Parts: sequence; structure tokens; C-alpha cells
Amino acid sequence: MANKETNFVDRMQKLDRRVIFVLIWLAVVIPMLMKLEFPVRPSPVVEGIFDKVESLPSGSIVLMSFDYGPATVPENEPMGDALLYHCMLKNHKVYIMALWPTGEAEANRAIERVITNKFLDKRYGKDYIQLGFKAGNQGLINAIYSDLKGMYTTDAAGVDINTFAMMKDVNKLTDFDIILGVCSGRPGLKEWVQFAGDRGNIPVAGGVTAVEAPLLYPYYPSQLLGLMGGLQGAAELQAALGNKYPEYTEYVKASAGSVNAVRNMGPQTIAHLVIIFFVVIGNIGFFIQQRRKKQERVGL
Amino acid sequence: MRREIPLLITFIIGTALVMAMFIPHKPFPQLDSEFSIWFDIIAVFAFILGGGNLLRVHVDRITRNHEDKNYSYVTIIGFLFMLIIGLFKVGGDPGLTGNYIAEGTWFKVMYDAVFTPLSSTMFSLLAFFVASASYRAFRAKTPEATVLLIAAFIILVGRTPLGHYLTFWLPDWLSFFHIPNLSAWIMATPNLAGQRAIMIGIALGIVSTSLKLILGIERSYLGSEK
Repeated sequence: MANKETNFVDRMQKLDRRVIFVLIWLAVVIPMLMKLEFPVRPSPVVEGIFDKVESLPSGSIVLMSFDYGPATVPENEPMGDALLYHCMLKNHKVYIMALWPTGEAEANRAIERVITNKFLDKRYGKDYIQLGFKAGNQGLINAIYSDLKGMYTTDAAGVDINTFAMMKDVNKLTDFDIILGVCSGRPGLKEWVQFAGDRGNIPVAGGVTAVEAPLLYPYYPSQLLGLMGGLQGAAELQAALGNKYPEYTEYVKASAGSVNAVRNMGPQTIAHLVIIFFVVIGNIGFFIQQRRKKQERVGL
Repeated sequence: MRREIPLLITFIIGTALVMAMFIPHKPFPQLDSEFSIWFDIIAVFAFILGGGNLLRVHVDRITRNHEDKNYSYVTIIGFLFMLIIGLFKVGGDPGLTGNYIAEGTWFKVMYDAVFTPLSSTMFSLLAFFVASASYRAFRAKTPEATVLLIAAFIILVGRTPLGHYLTFWLPDWLSFFHIPNLSAWIMATPNLAGQRAIMIGIALGIVSTSLKLILGIERSYLGSEK
């Protein structure tokens, strides 16, 4: 019996990693196919974002920065879509830009999904504008802080910036009522806080990937109004938005791809459980081995 | 003079930017804005340097007949292809200010059909390696490692809807132990304290390094004397 236990423990300690890979794959694929969904409750840190966008007067000037690439789309895309949807619902003027070269394409996709498909009455250049990507990272933030039109002489499509009605009253970052960042690294939300929010006393909020969220907590709540951390953060904002505007839940459910963060939390939850299971099994094996070594030492 | 001029530029711009932060009167805010725009213009050239360096490294690999030279062929072909279709806006408006990623451009097609799925795949692989690494390395070997392990458990469960359902039955006076609350506390208290300590340390390091650069004490960025 003891031998059997020893063999099992040893086998588990030397478990082929491909077995773990297969189980993680199943933990993601099965809930995805079964459309397993858990109700999500918004936390105060995410409600802060919802409340601020909700409380801004209609027609407020909002800067949205898409600072991520395709790698983190499952986490960032639902955040960007939810924020853009909320701003459109509230009739805010949205100025879209990107500190990442890949951010412009991601922003275009968000515009297509949210504005072009859902808000047919919104007009380009009057209700929203795509300023696009410019190089410079935090240097770009520093430059547009005092002279936005100096850096953005045209929109992303190359049209003179002064021809757009919504650009008339916007010259610098302090003209914005809020900065919303959807980010996944550097430059990202941290740079927006340091180079724009703090300096100009401009409210900043947004979302980042789950691995980056712990780095942003020192700024919450005084320098960062709210923070979405990873897919869970995105799901919480979607839940908050859905609670107030049920039509948003319908829109998300009808959307394809990775937009539905609440649904995508199903596979993530099961994957987390599988990881916890393996860590527990690994530790049980470790303690049994330790106990065996101790007994061998006493026996000697 | 090869070293003195860059040192002088660093001193003037560094000093002006520091002063602009504390003196919000003419000409400092204007200087700050101008220097930032110059920086952004210079940053654009970093892409040219980056591209040039990428080509140099991979051409060198091919000429030396390196065992991984086939990957270098793929890199160079991919790089040049994307560069050409992006620069000339193939499939879209070919004007100088035309949008390289507009609907219908080859760049947009390649971005959507190749770059996006490849990037997502690479990032998704992390989940498998994290699970495997957690199984092998996450052991309660010491009291510190045990605390880390418990914190990781709480965060892993607390960052999912499951955290709520596991402990929602707790009475109000035990609400602190509700997993989402515990998870939020870990993020907002011990994590925040650690992060702040690290950030303050880094900031002090940046201040001292910046001063050394402005005053010309640190000169390694200028390259070797030769």
C-alpha cells in the first residue's frame, strides 16, 4: 500500500506537462462550447468608472486611448467596447487616439462594432473622431498636453483636423472632461496618469490586462477614478452597464468574437480552478515526499 | 566636440524641462511643448533604426549560414512585405496622407488575417505555461512561500465570479472574509504597499540617474570614446 502511494506520488510529481496542457485546453474549450456563464457583480473599483461616465453631462468631451495590440484583445476589447458604448449612449463627444501602433486598428474595430453597427445617428467629426496613432509614447502625451493640434494636424485618414466641427473647442488635454485608457502595457494607463491626469488635474480611468492591474492600484482612487483589471474587470463594467441599460446586455449577447466578457469569464473561471487543483495536488505530493524523507532519516 | 555638443544639448533640454515643471510662466511651458514635439519627431526615426537593426541582424544570420537562418528568411520577407504594402498603401488610397490601414488595403487584410491570430495565439500559450509552471514551482516550502500561495489562491478565486458564490453565505460581521473582499483587500493593501515602495525606489533612482545625465556625470549613452 505504501509502495502504491509512493509510486502514485512520484508519478504525480513527474507528471508530463502535456497532460496539464490538455486539461487546461479542455477547461477552456468545454465551458466555451457549453456557453457556461456566471453572473458577474460589479466591484467598487469598476463602478467608479461607470459612475463617472454616467454622471458627466451629455456632450462632455472624452478622450479614449486604445493602447494595446491583438495579443490582449480578449481582455481589452470588451473594455474598449463597453466604454465607447457608454459614451455614445450618454451622447459624449469621443476623441479616439492610440499610443501603440497597433492601437489604431483596434480602435477602428471598436468603432465598427459599436458606432457603425449600433449608433447609426452618430456622425464622424461631429460625435466622434479617430485621431490615430502617433509615435512618442509618453512624449506624445506631453506634447498634446499643451498643443493637441500641433501633433494631430490631420485625423487618422489624413483629413485636415480643422475641418471637423468637434475639433473647434479642443486644443489641449485640459480641455477634456475625462481620459479613458484601454491599455496593456507601456505606454499605457500609468503614463496617462503621470503625464496628463496628475499634471492637469484631468480625471483618468480605464482598464488594463490582469497582469498589469496590481501595478496600477497605487493610483486608485485619488489619481485613477476606477480600474478594470483583465477580463473580470471588463465583465464587471459590462454588468454595471447591463444593469442600467438592459439593451446593452442584448447587444453584447448578439455580438460575435471576444466582446462578451461575462460569457468569457466562464472558461476563465474553470481554467483558474484547474490551476488551483494542480497547485493543491503538487503541494500534497510535496508534503508526502517531505514526510517520507523525514521518516527515512528517523529510520536511519 | 563630438562629446561636448551632445552633453550641452542634454544639459539645456534637461534643465529646461525640469524648470518647466516648476515655473508655469513664459517661456518654459512653450519650451516644454516644443521639446516634446521634437522628441516625438526623433521617436519616429527610432522606427527606421529598429527596422535597420532587424534587417542587419537577420541578414548577418543568413550570410553566416546560421542553423536558424530559415526563420530569418521568414522575418525579412514578412518585414519587407508589410513595409512595402504599408508605405505604398497597396489596395487603398495611395496618397501621402492616405490611411495605410483603411478598409480594403492589403495591410489591413494582413493585419486581420495573419498578425492578429498569430499574436493572440502566442499570448494564449501563456495560460498553458502558467498552469504547468504553477504545478511544478508553487510549493509551500517556507512560511513566506505559504503566504504567497494563500494570497495567490484568494486572488485566483476572487478574480472570478466563483469567489462570490463560495462565500456569499457569510454573515455581515464576517464580510471581510468574503473572497472578493479578501481579494480586493490583498490588492489594495499589501500589494499597494509593496508597489508603492518599489515605485518610490524606482522614482528616486530615476531622479538620481537623470541628474547624473543632465550634469554630464553619466556619459555611457554617448558610446565609447573611440
